[in-house]
Amino acid sequence: MKGSRRKVLKAGAALAAAASLPRAAFAQAGPVKVGMSMPQTGSLGAGGQAALLALRMWVEDVNKKGGLLNRQVELIAYDDQTNPANVPGIYTKLLDVDKVDLLIAPYGTVPTAPIMPLVKQRGLLLMGNFSFQVNAKVQHDMWFNNAPWNDASSWSDGFFRAGQKAGAKTVAVLAADNDFAQNLANGARDLAKKAGIKSVYDQNYPPTTTDFSSLIRGIRAAKPDMVFVMSYPNDSVAIMRAVNEIGVGSSVLIFGGGMVGLQFTPIMTSLGSLLNGVLNYNSYVPGMKYPGIEDFLERYSKKAAEAKVDPLGFYLPPFNYAIGQMLEQAVGATKSLDHKRLADYFRKNEVKTIVGPIRWDKNGEWANPRVVQAQFRGVADKDMEQFRKAGKQVVVYPDAYKTGDVITPFEKARSAK
Amino acid sequence: MIFSLDLLFEAVLFGILLGCFYAAVSIGLSVSFGLLDVPHVAHPALMVLGSYCTWIVASWGLDPILAGIILMPAFFVLGVLIYRFYYETFEKRGTEAGVRGLAFFFGVAFIIEVGLILVFGVDQRTVQAPYIGSSWAIGEYRLPYRMLVAFGIALVLTAALTLYLSKTFTGRAIKAVAQDEPALRLMGANPVRIKQWAFGIATGVSALAGAMLIIVGPVEPALDRLYIGRTFCVVVLAGLGSMSGTLAAGLILGISESIVLMMLGASWAPAVAFGLLLIVLGIRPQGLFGR
Repeated sequence: MKGSRRKVLKAGAALAAAASLPRAAFAQAGPVKVGMSMPQTGSLGAGGQAALLALRMWVEDVNKKGGLLNRQVELIAYDDQTNPANVPGIYTKLLDVDKVDLLIAPYGTVPTAPIMPLVKQRGLLLMGNFSFQVNAKVQHDMWFNNAPWNDASSWSDGFFRAGQKAGAKTVAVLAADNDFAQNLANGARDLAKKAGIKSVYDQNYPPTTTDFSSLIRGIRAAKPDMVFVMSYPNDSVAIMRAVNEIGVGSSVLIFGGGMVGLQFTPIMTSLGSLLNGVLNYNSYVPGMKYPGIEDFLERYSKKAAEAKVDPLGFYLPPFNYAIGQMLEQAVGATKSLDHKRLADYFRKNEVKTIVGPIRWDKNGEWANPRVVQAQFRGVADKDMEQFRKAGKQVVVYPDAYKTGDVITPFEKARSAK
Repeated sequence: MIFSLDLLFEAVLFGILLGCFYAAVSIGLSVSFGLLDVPHVAHPALMVLGSYCTWIVASWGLDPILAGIILMPAFFVLGVLIYRFYYETFEKRGTEAGVRGLAFFFGVAFIIEVGLILVFGVDQRTVQAPYIGSSWAIGEYRLPYRMLVAFGIALVLTAALTLYLSKTFTGRAIKAVAQDEPALRLMGANPVRIKQWAFGIATGVSALAGAMLIIVGPVEPALDRLYIGRTFCVVVLAGLGSMSGTLAAGLILGISESIVLMMLGASWAPAVAFGLLLIVLGIRPQGLFGR
């Protein structure tokens, strides 16, 4: 009887001790939780869903290898509907309710901007996801972007150089009225000023614009040599249609620059030949070689067909898979999920990914940016498969990836093969 | 900013086309909200549903406009069913029908949006037709054919609805139910059936408006959100229930927006719709063509 009473007391003490352990000690036995919000609906939804598929592929791959720190990885992703107002609430939930271990930013500048103060205040590592200059003012030293750009010049330089080489003296700037486009437009304006290029048209259009005929007619009246456009996916399609119908005029040597959406397969396929001649930024075009990217794209393509998302996935998916690879390397090397140690690792080391080796500068942007400016050529209508081959997007910048020279003027480039 | 009379003339031309497009997407709402007083915030979502149905029918090889016309009877039935459900669960129960009805129609809009995402995904959808992507060149001026199509549809819809509401017995009954429901009841007509019929017409019209929406530009499931404010603005600006007023309000909105976009500063364009609405309501609370 005495013995059994002791056993009961011992068991009670053990239970009490267990109850007093910090919650983190229990959490360690569970999966490593990676949390994020992702635009899965709204104007960035198409890109967001493709990016999320790539991240899920990384989770599958890493879990097959045993996970992180011998714990399985669980991805918790909520739809922010491309609405920046939803994002702070989602990240607060991820941190305080879901108790995630690691954070990834949502795709895009507009949804990411609202959480920068939150992560800085709490001293958290945040892996950036194709946003542009969101850390320029916040200066959070634990931010590391997956996008192949740095400041505005890293993005627009190629476009302006191509224009100058063709003899452009004037520019028209058309930008969406949002964080991303305005950051880029301000950089482009500075670049133009430094290069002595005169601005003859400069408009910020609101996100509610339904038809761009009037704006394109305004640009034609200004007779610019270059037209630099910064638009979101839906607007990019409407702008290209209006350009085809109204025309931008014979003075225009090059057109494009920062149009988001012209990298997404469904949009490229639906616009078809309307894309010809446009010189626009991109993150990856067929022909660029990195170890592992072709295997990834082949696997992605099969899964994308089932998931009904961007079937080719050149633009965002490889860079989202790369976020997973970045975390995997940093956690593996530091043997820790401590955000400060991980950030320290990223600051000091180069990581190897399927989009090439990446090193960051002090702002967490790529130290060696690799934004390409590519001109669409010989694109036919209703043919998705054509975009798998090299040659439909001729890289004119940077020199390391160059596959041809830009054809000018724009009207001539539209009929070039 | 560049200013010339030529440019101003072109801005007005584009504005007329844009205005007719606004009128065509608002005319169904002019019946459901303007005449029936139903807070139909799901109108743009039904229009987007019409666009997706048009996309399916057009993929069989039919012209998108013809696809929209073919879809109208099915949407009419859908409208009848939606109104019947709304009437039984909300309107019949009394005075707070307006507020609760608003919640109901927001719910309908969300269900349509989410349903479209589940079935079609979030990618944009477009249709092909000879009049999409090309324009009519008159000297220096170029008018996009797709906007001319919207212009035509708006005129036809306005004329057809105006004639229907003024020349037919059911049409006059719809106007009567808007003016004095108890009086109509005393005349032996059933206001609920009349409203049900009118709501069916409004929804049927949104199938054709949806076809026009996908002709004018690509559609995606959440596109309805862009049109909620604008369509209500056109209907209220017109004066509730006036079909020709809806066309005129659309034109006023389109022309002023086009001039602002082309000549003054694109950032101001969203302020035009609601600025005009505030001014008009300040001067004529019943709207431009309301009684």
